[in-house]
Amino acid sequence: MKVSLFATCLVDQVAPQVGVATVRLLRHLGCRVTFPPGQVCCGQPAYNTGYPNAARAAARPLLDAFDGARYVVAPSGSCVAMIRHHFPDLFAEDLTLRRRARELVDRTYELTEFIVTVLGVTDVGARFPHRVAFHPSCHGSRLLGVRHEPLALLREVRGLELVPLERPGDCCGFGGTFSVKLPEISAAMVDEKAEDVEASGATHLVGIDLGCLLNIAGRLEQRGSSIRVLHLAELLAEGLEGGE
Amino acid sequence: MSRAANDTLAGRSARALGNAFLRKAVRFTAERLSQAKTDSTDALGQWEAWRDRGRQVRQHVVQHLDYYLEEFAQNVEAHGQKVHFASDAREAGDIVLRIIAEKEARLVAKSKSMVSEEVGVNARLAEHGIECLETDLGEWIIQLAHEPPSHLIIPAIHKTRDQVQQLFEKEGGERLTNDTATLAGYARRRLRERFARAEVGMTGCNFAIAETGSVVIFTNEGNGRMVTTLPQTHIVMMGMERILPTLADLPLMADLLPRSATGQKITTYVNVVTGARRQGELDGPRELHVVILDNGRSRQLADPLFRELLHCIRCGACLNVCPVYRHVGGHAYGSVYSGPIGAVVTPLLAPHDPAAAELANASTLCGACFDACPVKIPLHDLLLRLRTRNVALYHPPLGERVGIRLFAAAAAWPRLFSLLSRLVRRVLLRLGPRGERLLARLPGVSTWARHRSLPVLQARSFRDQWKDLQD
Repeated sequence: MKVSLFATCLVDQVAPQVGVATVRLLRHLGCRVTFPPGQVCCGQPAYNTGYPNAARAAARPLLDAFDGARYVVAPSGSCVAMIRHHFPDLFAEDLTLRRRARELVDRTYELTEFIVTVLGVTDVGARFPHRVAFHPSCHGSRLLGVRHEPLALLREVRGLELVPLERPGDCCGFGGTFSVKLPEISAAMVDEKAEDVEASGATHLVGIDLGCLLNIAGRLEQRGSSIRVLHLAELLAEGLEGGE
Repeated sequence: MSRAANDTLAGRSARALGNAFLRKAVRFTAERLSQAKTDSTDALGQWEAWRDRGRQVRQHVVQHLDYYLEEFAQNVEAHGQKVHFASDAREAGDIVLRIIAEKEARLVAKSKSMVSEEVGVNARLAEHGIECLETDLGEWIIQLAHEPPSHLIIPAIHKTRDQVQQLFEKEGGERLTNDTATLAGYARRRLRERFARAEVGMTGCNFAIAETGSVVIFTNEGNGRMVTTLPQTHIVMMGMERILPTLADLPLMADLLPRSATGQKITTYVNVVTGARRQGELDGPRELHVVILDNGRSRQLADPLFRELLHCIRCGACLNVCPVYRHVGGHAYGSVYSGPIGAVVTPLLAPHDPAAAELANASTLCGACFDACPVKIPLHDLLLRLRTRNVALYHPPLGERVGIRLFAAAAAWPRLFSLLSRLVRRVLLRLGPRGERLLARLPGVSTWARHRSLPVLQARSFRDQWKDLQD
């Protein structure tokens, strides 16, 4: 199966190891992965701050980069939610662009959603003998409805003990530019999340969105915690080495 | 309205965040309420279908609001009672004052009503030497504290029992203890002394039934029933969107509202008030006045971007699940309405006030409010639309505008983006620790880094690693 990877700007620039893990995971599952270089960002930082025109300009290259792709897969619930829910409106004024935006919407999947619902796989063959807490990112779970897929994948990982968080559904306080516009509220929120993660007894925190993970990881580190934060793709890819 | 320099969302939030008592009290009650809601809707079953039905009914009403308002008004008048339309807060106050002056009343007993808070009726009456006594326990507490409500349905959510004890001791000059029974008993005794003396009773309205001209009030404390039966005159104040077509629509709302608000299957009291006292009846008011308030609602009705806001049934479920609300409480919003619904309602009530407009930023757009809403209002989308409108109406800070433009320009040219990112990365890496310090000083990044460690700068971006990864 041929998959076009939308790495997302955060993974590309800040956490390339998540992109590498995603490629390895998808290849392990029998996919042929391509990375169209004409991609950067879904435009969400501008869109959520109230700048749809800037967002449109930022997102426009994606329509070309993924033109004709059968499956577009991104390791981010938030970016996929942006494409799925807002691209048709964002490109509504130009009929050709709108049609292309809708085509992209129909073919774009969040990584765990793609593995579980398209590939029909829940056991990727990984082993990860650690206590792991899962942070269900808001955009992935609420806006995209990707709630059970990450858990279905985690449950099949050999040796992994999934531990619950006190307030699993609560936002970590990232919110894109929110974290810079109202830094004190954002800090209070991420502090509570970090407390909950520490209290869970987990040695690892895993999630499907890099924004949230960088936020929680940064706070945990500043609190002196040794809990390792990683993307689900990284966990599964690392687990493949120990699982086979 | 002029505001102090630190009377901003950030300033008010900072004060709230520094108040450990407030944060503990708000967090405790909000979490208790949202858990009770989940338990109650799970017990009911098929909650998504209930929400869909609720949304359909509210959408239908709002689409045909002109028709149903007319029908409601005619039916109230058919019972021999009066309907008054108020276009704004000032007019609503004028109408109430006129009715009170006619009765030569000095004391008004009021049950909880957010819309009367919206128009500031207590302050208006006080200007004319008329006392308006809040008879809902929570409302009375904040009236004694001279504060606005900090929650839609739990107005004194931010108060601890010790603070309530102090307020009550100051009010009556007697020593009390801080246990619930003593405090509630004191309030009951003090309020009852005065119910009997009030010449006018004022209530809000949860739902107005067009078909019958009835006003429906959900309460838990029984004060609503005292207010609607003891005084000779009953004034109802309602937002013009409170309408339901028929009594047959009420059971649905009687499931959606209390379960979402407090997790109750139904509130302790459900009053359906149809007209005033009839011949041969022993109690009830002699006159009923219904004041129907617009105050910007017509403007929302005419705006397809924000019309859905009128679907709101004011249950407060969105406040209880909102992590922003839970950390800063209601007063940080600087408005009668707080939480996610307040962050949308307030700017629309005051469309030219930049201080109200900034409330659209008081959200991470996490969508918890949408999930909790019993009539499925996409509050996160409405907040986003407000942000877009704010950028067009007001001048955002220069740094923000430049930052967003730079970001958009970089993303719009992927080849240039690749080159620039490689260049910047190379320079930063060459500078070593100095590069990291430089990065940490960038606007935005420095704010972020105040509370978090920055991720380690990777030697190569993913796009630069890709050629090594290719099959």
